[in-house]
Amino acid sequence: MEKVTTITGVGVPFRRSNVDTDQIIPAVYLKRVTKTGFEDALFAGWRQDPDFVLNQPAYQGARVLVAGSDFGTGSSREHAVWALRDFGFRAVLSPRFGDIFRGNSGKQGLLAGQISEDDTERLWKALEANPGIDMTVDLVERSARIGELTVKFEIDEYTRWRLLEGLDDIGLTLRDEARITEFESTREPWRPRTLPAR
Amino acid sequence: MTDAPIASARPRTLAEKVWDKHLVAKGENGNPDLIYIDLHLVHEVTSPQAFDGLRMAGRPVRRPDLTIATEDHNTPTIGIDRPIADRTSRTQIETLRRNCEEFGVRLHSLGDIEQGIVHVVGPQLGLTQPGITVVCGDSHTSTHGAFGAMAFGIGTSEVEHVMATQTLPLKPFKTMAITVNGQLRPGVTAKDIILAVIAKIGTGGGQGYVLEYRGSAIRALSMEGRMTICNMSIEAGARAGMVAPDETTYDYLKGRVHAPQGQDWDDAVAYWETLATDEGARFDAEVILDADELEPFVTWGTNPGQGVSLSQTVPNPAEITDANERSAAERALEYMDLEAGTPMKDIRVDTVFLGSCTNSRVEDLRAAAEIIKGKTKAENIRMLVVPGSARVRLEAEAEGLDKVFLEFGAEWRFAGCSMCLGMNPDQLAPGERCASTSNRNFEGRQGKGGRTHLVSPLVAAATAIRGTLSSPWDLLQDERDSAERISVERISVGAGAPIEEGAK
Repeated sequence: MEKVTTITGVGVPFRRSNVDTDQIIPAVYLKRVTKTGFEDALFAGWRQDPDFVLNQPAYQGARVLVAGSDFGTGSSREHAVWALRDFGFRAVLSPRFGDIFRGNSGKQGLLAGQISEDDTERLWKALEANPGIDMTVDLVERSARIGELTVKFEIDEYTRWRLLEGLDDIGLTLRDEARITEFESTREPWRPRTLPAR
Repeated sequence: MTDAPIASARPRTLAEKVWDKHLVAKGENGNPDLIYIDLHLVHEVTSPQAFDGLRMAGRPVRRPDLTIATEDHNTPTIGIDRPIADRTSRTQIETLRRNCEEFGVRLHSLGDIEQGIVHVVGPQLGLTQPGITVVCGDSHTSTHGAFGAMAFGIGTSEVEHVMATQTLPLKPFKTMAITVNGQLRPGVTAKDIILAVIAKIGTGGGQGYVLEYRGSAIRALSMEGRMTICNMSIEAGARAGMVAPDETTYDYLKGRVHAPQGQDWDDAVAYWETLATDEGARFDAEVILDADELEPFVTWGTNPGQGVSLSQTVPNPAEITDANERSAAERALEYMDLEAGTPMKDIRVDTVFLGSCTNSRVEDLRAAAEIIKGKTKAENIRMLVVPGSARVRLEAEAEGLDKVFLEFGAEWRFAGCSMCLGMNPDQLAPGERCASTSNRNFEGRQGKGGRTHLVSPLVAAATAIRGTLSSPWDLLQDERDSAERISVERISVGAGAPIEEGAK
């Protein structure tokens, strides 16, 4: 995974709450067996509306999405993160995320930072006052900046460390493999097994 | 590994006990714990990229004997003996078959008696057991919590992680008690409880929590009912929901092919008996609901928290104080093509879908069949009945339920996720309105432009009869009205008076 420290680019004021992962990427796009090439699928339903914010020229090449509360609820599909990433987004800020979406983001180098409702409104106003303006999301400082405006975001320390270091979870866990093997030797015999099939 | 002495010294919740029991390594300095996974369920949609990852890193599936796969999301529910028509769906299914073969994972393919929705298959095989940890690349994995298991959905990166290590790094969840006291009235079901819970705490209310459902109304539920409730925990934002195991749980499990047998069974039950939340254990939050007051519940909007009792009207967004919720409600009404103030019961429906991991078990089918038996389907309705697994389908057929549905005019399909999500041929057309026993009413969830009202199997059945959103209570009222009309007619005829137009 690539290291993430600072992200600078066009910020999008995304004035919607309760954006579930079915909206981020409709199920019909989940049939693919690859992990890239999902940029066409991002918000596929809403993008058919010419007035949709991502269709506006000012927001082409956007890197940061500032969304309302409860972003990424619902389905566990990691495709939602892949679609945001493939479209060009490197950070999403919201007052609250769906648990699974937030976890998935951290695994794929997409920064999901939690900001207060008030700061969300402030960022929206700043972005709307100057459509297409660049913003900076700084993972070291845990802050988002637009011109003079700076707000703080929260991200759990472990995810932050992994993003900053660009670490792969499986590799980290396998450092503990001896403990996994030891744990396995203590499991009760009646715990379920799928094999042999009965 | 035995329970840490410090942890067992204080009263613990069910969730904490299962967590502690699966601790491979305790996280230090804010790092996550490493949790062992007892059962990994796999399906075609969220696994191909995970298998690819293993292949690229040269890693095996660590415990194929704790892993099982089935085909459900993409599969058609008619003509299952023919090749899947949609090319990308077919590729995804074929990819799963190749991957399972290569990595030694047990797979139940379309046509196999154990094929079906992954969350129906685990319990019916007896693999889902109390006190275990269960994961799957599917958010409705929370279903398995009905057995007192810690079960939650994961993303594809985590699927690969579990395949490679049989563990997950996780931060402990907070705990929330959802206590449902009292007794449900006839016609009110587990689905109505969970829809009411979600409407109460909101789609984000459970975020970061494991929900434990407790109280007399939960104890009185069958395993199927408990699965329906735990299934939709994720719709309240919670990754997992749990119910402490009891005799109902053991009765359901005993004799299933993968349930423990002989001495193992006794040992297992002795352990399961220790799982219930201790007296005096603290929850981080608590919600209390009164089952006596619950009515059949339906959604009006585009998230599962936007619901009301069926006897109520479509809410007026202008009366919602929170600005975000108000604009979400306005958008939802526009998408759903509904007007504030419309009685929910006046809403005319095009399609009724009975199925999904929420409500496709044989008990759900039985309950709906009971309502429609001998009745006539409303002309404007098409009804799809989709059993959760091939085995459920056979069980239902052995009881003659298929005949009840077919005589009623419903379609009797093969097992799969079907119309719950727009990934297979069963989809709503733009503008089509559906009363659905599934779990999500998101925009376009059942097909682009489709409009979903989430309902219980009983409401689905009554709606199919009346053509508008209805419950068994309305059918009873219809019968009373009709009986009254008949007696009025008799009196009128006896008195030689003309029969009024409205009395016909």
